[in-house]
Amino acid sequence: MKKLINEPADVVSQALIGIEAAHGDRLRIDHEHKVIYRNGPPRAGKVGLVSGGGTGHEPLHGGYVGVGMLDAACCGEVFTSPVPDQMLAATAAVDGGAGVLHIVKNYTGDVMNFEMAAELAADNGTEVRSIVVDDDVAVQDSLYTAGRRGVGTTVLLEKLVGAAAESGRPLDQLLELATRINSVGRSMGLALTSCTVPAAGRPTFELGDDEMELGIGIHGEPGRSRVPLASAAEAAQLLVDPVLGDLPYGTGDAVIAMVNGMGGTPLLELYLMYGEVHRLLQQAGIHVARCLVGNYITSLDMAGCSVTLVKADEELLALWDAPVDTPALRWS
Amino acid sequence: MTESVDIDRFTAWLRAFAGAIHEHAAELTELDSAIGDADHGSNMDRGMTAVAAALDADEFASAPALFKKVGMTLVSSVGGASGPLYGTFFLRFGGALGEGDADVTALGAALHAGIDGIVQRGKAEVGDKTMVDAWMPAVQAYDDARGDGLAAALRAAAEAAARGRDSATPLVAHKGRASYLGERSAGHQDPGATSTVLLIESAAATLAAS
Repeated sequence: MKKLINEPADVVSQALIGIEAAHGDRLRIDHEHKVIYRNGPPRAGKVGLVSGGGTGHEPLHGGYVGVGMLDAACCGEVFTSPVPDQMLAATAAVDGGAGVLHIVKNYTGDVMNFEMAAELAADNGTEVRSIVVDDDVAVQDSLYTAGRRGVGTTVLLEKLVGAAAESGRPLDQLLELATRINSVGRSMGLALTSCTVPAAGRPTFELGDDEMELGIGIHGEPGRSRVPLASAAEAAQLLVDPVLGDLPYGTGDAVIAMVNGMGGTPLLELYLMYGEVHRLLQQAGIHVARCLVGNYITSLDMAGCSVTLVKADEELLALWDAPVDTPALRWS
Repeated sequence: MTESVDIDRFTAWLRAFAGAIHEHAAELTELDSAIGDADHGSNMDRGMTAVAAALDADEFASAPALFKKVGMTLVSSVGGASGPLYGTFFLRFGGALGEGDADVTALGAALHAGIDGIVQRGKAEVGDKTMVDAWMPAVQAYDDARGDGLAAALRAAAEAAARGRDSATPLVAHKGRASYLGERSAGHQDPGATSTVLLIESAAATLAAS
């Protein structure tokens, strides 16, 4: 394992020291609870947005704390959900009297810990709602599984709901909006290599030079199937087809599209992939109204990428275009 | 002779479990690499190290107070799904114990309360390929062997837990992170069921010791 770390056990706390040094002008870090906040007190009457999860997915979620997106991000250990104490501290700190929305990715640990935190926060008198993002088409949605994983749509949802929260929309309307975005967001990913979790010290899975892993999540857990390494054009098809096959798309539908890197793939390849994805969407009669290309929800040093599409109407596009000012996403 | 478990034996159980987790941390993480995200061993080791530190730092007046501390420590330090599941187990287990020493019947009732908490929190059943596959047969075996005394009941429970762990290995996971792999989860030993066996084996080794 070659990593720029000191001690595996200190990776998260020492990264937070660096984040504070880099972005202290706009972010505040609670080092005890490992929570990243916007600078300044909560705005009265604004719903607080709290997300979080295991670390190793940077810039998710800490990079999305700021005006127009999140109010706080709770940082768990690498690939491990945060604990209820962290969400409880964050929820209390960002409540401006209008309640707090938890944005949770559908992974068993995240769901359980956020659930416990929401119960405790409610006992303290804070109104909390939760949206569980479950957009990964690689996972069969059935009575017998814990449901789909929450992956790329989380990024787009944090931006869209963040803009709506900034405009003063009340808690129940934000939950409704978040539920709607989740229902029209779909993702699919692939890996060319495993990632290496610092505490484990070696790759989570072995993958031959001539293979790729299809339908991965964001934790180095193996995907649904292993297939021969394909060209970018073929790989794009393997990602786009199941996404398009999962929602009824009509000709002329507009989408916000994201081609996301898993952390170890250069932008050159991600843009190349975006070109292929864009072409496939055009062929299907789908209008890419907005797009993101880059590393937005990563899996440590994994090589690979994911495609996320959120079907967008005028309202969502207006929320997308609203100003955002965070370390990882910024426009005005 | 009435066998009963006092707070010193409960403490010995927790220390033995912390030791077993530490010893098997790499193995648990290895099992988790195959079907999960490679953190079960490191997470449980972090949690049980925190529990051992709490045992060193504090005196506990009663078993319920002891297990409340253990449960809260695990919920606050483990993360993932294991934190809420083991945390809930110890909170419910302790909550079902009385202030005094626990006999074989009281211990059985506490085990049932603990496993009910796990099922409620994790919504898993036998056959979903989770820690429940080790817990359920263990509690059943304990109930069946209760008439033979505490030591026999705990030994039966530990053996049944190991069989339950092994019987889950060929299954396809329906809950937890392994469920996202579908058919590919079959043939892998479940890390949660494996740490559960360590917990029950530690109980058999310590609670009924003379």
